[in-house]
Amino acid sequence: MKKKWAILTAIFTITTMLTGCESFLVLDPKGPQAQTQAKDIILSIWIMSFIVIIVFGILAYMLIKYRASKQMPDYRPPHIEGSILVEAICVGIPVIIVVFLSIVSVQSNYKVESAPAIYKDKEPLIIYASTSNWKWHFSYPEENIETVNYLYIPVERPIEFKLYSYGPITSFWIPQLGGQKYAMADMVNTLHLAADVPGEFMGRNANFNGKGFAENTFNVTAMSQEEFDEWVNEVKDSAEPLTEQKFDKLLEHGHVGQSTYTGTHLTFLPPPEGENGGHQHGASQSDDSDNHSSEEHSSSEDSNSAHNSH
Amino acid sequence: MDIFERFAVPHPSPAIYVSMVAIGLTVIAIIAGLTYFKKWGYLWREWLSTVDHKRIGIMYLISALLMLFRGGADAIMMRAQLAIPENKMLDAQHYNEIFTTHGTVMIIFMAMPFIMAFMNYIVPLQIGARDVAFPRLNALSFWLFFMGAMLLNISFVIGGSPDAGWTSYFPLANNEFSESVGTNYYMFALQISGMGTLMTGINMITTILKMRAPGMTLMKMPMFTWSSLVANIIIVFAFPVLTVALIMGTMDRLFATNFFTSTNGGMDMLWANFFWVWGHPEVYILVLPAFGIYSEIISTFSGRNLYGYKSMVGSMVIISLLSFLVWTHHFFTMGQGALTNSIFSITTMAIAVPTGVKIFNWLFTLWKGKIIITTPMLYSLLFIPIFTIGGVTGVMLGMSAADYQYHNTMFLVAHFHMVIIPGVVFAMLAGFHYYWPKMFGFILNEKIGKWTAWIISMSTLLAFMPMFFSGLDGQARRMYTYSESTGYGIWNMLSFIGAIGLAIGFILIVYNVYYSTRYASRDISSDPWDARSLEWATPSPVPEYNFAIVPNVKSVDVLWEAKYNNHILFPGKYENIHMPNNSGIPFILGCIFFAWGFSFVFGMWIPAISTTIGIFVCMGHRSLEKDHGHYISVKEIEETETKLRGA
Repeated sequence: MKKKWAILTAIFTITTMLTGCESFLVLDPKGPQAQTQAKDIILSIWIMSFIVIIVFGILAYMLIKYRASKQMPDYRPPHIEGSILVEAICVGIPVIIVVFLSIVSVQSNYKVESAPAIYKDKEPLIIYASTSNWKWHFSYPEENIETVNYLYIPVERPIEFKLYSYGPITSFWIPQLGGQKYAMADMVNTLHLAADVPGEFMGRNANFNGKGFAENTFNVTAMSQEEFDEWVNEVKDSAEPLTEQKFDKLLEHGHVGQSTYTGTHLTFLPPPEGENGGHQHGASQSDDSDNHSSEEHSSSEDSNSAHNSH
Repeated sequence: MDIFERFAVPHPSPAIYVSMVAIGLTVIAIIAGLTYFKKWGYLWREWLSTVDHKRIGIMYLISALLMLFRGGADAIMMRAQLAIPENKMLDAQHYNEIFTTHGTVMIIFMAMPFIMAFMNYIVPLQIGARDVAFPRLNALSFWLFFMGAMLLNISFVIGGSPDAGWTSYFPLANNEFSESVGTNYYMFALQISGMGTLMTGINMITTILKMRAPGMTLMKMPMFTWSSLVANIIIVFAFPVLTVALIMGTMDRLFATNFFTSTNGGMDMLWANFFWVWGHPEVYILVLPAFGIYSEIISTFSGRNLYGYKSMVGSMVIISLLSFLVWTHHFFTMGQGALTNSIFSITTMAIAVPTGVKIFNWLFTLWKGKIIITTPMLYSLLFIPIFTIGGVTGVMLGMSAADYQYHNTMFLVAHFHMVIIPGVVFAMLAGFHYYWPKMFGFILNEKIGKWTAWIISMSTLLAFMPMFFSGLDGQARRMYTYSESTGYGIWNMLSFIGAIGLAIGFILIVYNVYYSTRYASRDISSDPWDARSLEWATPSPVPEYNFAIVPNVKSVDVLWEAKYNNHILFPGKYENIHMPNNSGIPFILGCIFFAWGFSFVFGMWIPAISTTIGIFVCMGHRSLEKDHGHYISVKEIEETETKLRGA
């Protein structure tokens, strides 16, 4: 009786989980990358629920049918070695499921690692996102402006984030636009995201980096290209320039609010890529460091080879 | 004054002062009690200097339970802190120390000794051996583990606890960002106990390969022995990586080398690689012996042989190989590109296949059986559904594109608790109830036991299911607080209630031990469960020499054959038995290692050098010592056997 109740609760929980999905941030995507991921998640939840239900079903059947209390006192269970057929099914079905999921997974990997297909024809906006304990610095090299702890992005345009850190490993995450990637001190990681619709999104560091971790967040606002251009011009007119002293002060440990500057720290403190890379050294890449368009094709490969070459 | 500052706790709070007083009072009570009851000699002769695998197993068991409560108290504090948004109960630093200690204690100092307890106690009995291959090394392994555990535990009151997470990722764990000595404690506590584990690995492999009773071929070994063999092989391959990583980390912290720094040519992702090359196999080191225990219990209480013995063994071997090929899934988000992620995504999901085979084999072991639901069986049956939920979410995490959304979130926390708790903790509790009569000669109360099993399993669901949802809603792990507007409050409150339920369950286990010790019947046979394998062929309590006559094995379920098919288990007559002598050296060496670790934690070089010399003196003593063990005479064996078997 208790068993049945437990199974019912479990099934109930799973159903609520499936019906309640839409309200969760990750399952409420506002960009193509997050959409790919949300689709994968929903698909895998359905397939996995199927497996869970089969296991629960067999368990319930065995327990109901073969309880000692339901059998003759002199019943002696037989000796059964196993059966090729049964075991072939037990291996075969999971193998089919894993193969299917692997195909889906590999396809999605390539999708989320490259610029979103639907905005392929548009020039990507490059934003350098770096962390120092416990804040986010966003540099817009083309616009020549920089923000702290907030991010304005245009909609329907691919955004190419260049991630790195001035300290512990952090992880750049905007759940509604797409999954995260690490920002580390000695290399630059590339993350491709895009927003379909205007709106405000939560962004945070997802990897533990000490005392101020919980508040290591930033706000993301997606807006039309016109509004974005307007904002850029406004910043250029009104914000104070980012000096080296000012930036050094920002790098000190602690929380600060949001702020905006003209100019970027990239000019006086270059990111760890190309000739400035920690372990991405090698003269051949130094040419790429000031030429983003040629780099963007090879960037994911670069970080890949950087890992493997050590 | 300098000394005082060095050893003082950097972030004192009422909780720490209470712990200090509690530790002080406990120590005084133990010393006073031992002196009053004149038990110092008994303690030394029977326990501290023992080399008997059964006593060492029991000591592992006691340590594991103590650490379960230590890590559990941390868990309760964490869940209480998060139960309501913007809670001020703990500050960030304190919370960080607590989750770091919780993870470290639970994996290294709770789950590991728990499996070691059963390996030590059961494996020699199951294979018909009189002890492990290297009894004194076995004692040393235990004391190294124990001293490592104690070293980590005193960090809370002397100098500060580690606060960089149980994974201790560099550069966060380096001096620049973790200034207190906490991470030094982490490095040395894990190093010392890790050495013990590695020795156990070698010891157990030798024992299983060389000391099986006549007739027990590899494919006639009971499943728990098989799982222990595979787990120990993983230990021998994985733990040296941890040893090296910890040495490099220690060098970075104490001697300013730059292995893992972010400047001067160090590489921070190297730590993550090392850690998980050890860390991922580690979870299989824990879970395979647990699977072995489930196999024994499910087969015993179904009254049937284990279904698909060969595929069980095969799947374990495949799991052990795959366990070394998946470590990168712990940092899918490190930017290694689509190709690398795809490969590790596939190897990760592939592990689901052999694991699934095991689940189905257990289900088919129930088929046509005669299922008796005892407490150990109840844990094993509850394990299957809960572990399945945990397992399938593992497959979901294995899809690397989707992992970008789960990574470092509560979803992950939910997943690994939903596999480790039913997978390892339930198995250990099942084994605890199952083997208790063998260890202590009476059965734990079944009614309390079943209540406890239900409370623990339902609380596990309540505590961890909500984390799947809060994770999908964007709650990162290790956040000490969150704002009300996030809406995580309800999920965390549910988790907290579940955690309270778990605490009640674990307290009930202690109550059960107390209750049963007082009231349980001592009049049970040596085989109260009608079991199938050799450990139940010995009298309870098991005599020092285990088997008066070396058993003769012809099948997996050899005791069953002896009971129901007239197989002669103990042919021949009594002969003198050679047994190893007790030795105090392992305990003393353990204490020296404790002092050695402590000296290094605080960079006190004179004690560090003298303890290092002490270690070599002990090793030298062992090399020059003449100790050939002793013989137990036939007369003594006859007396013991008559007394124990009540003939």
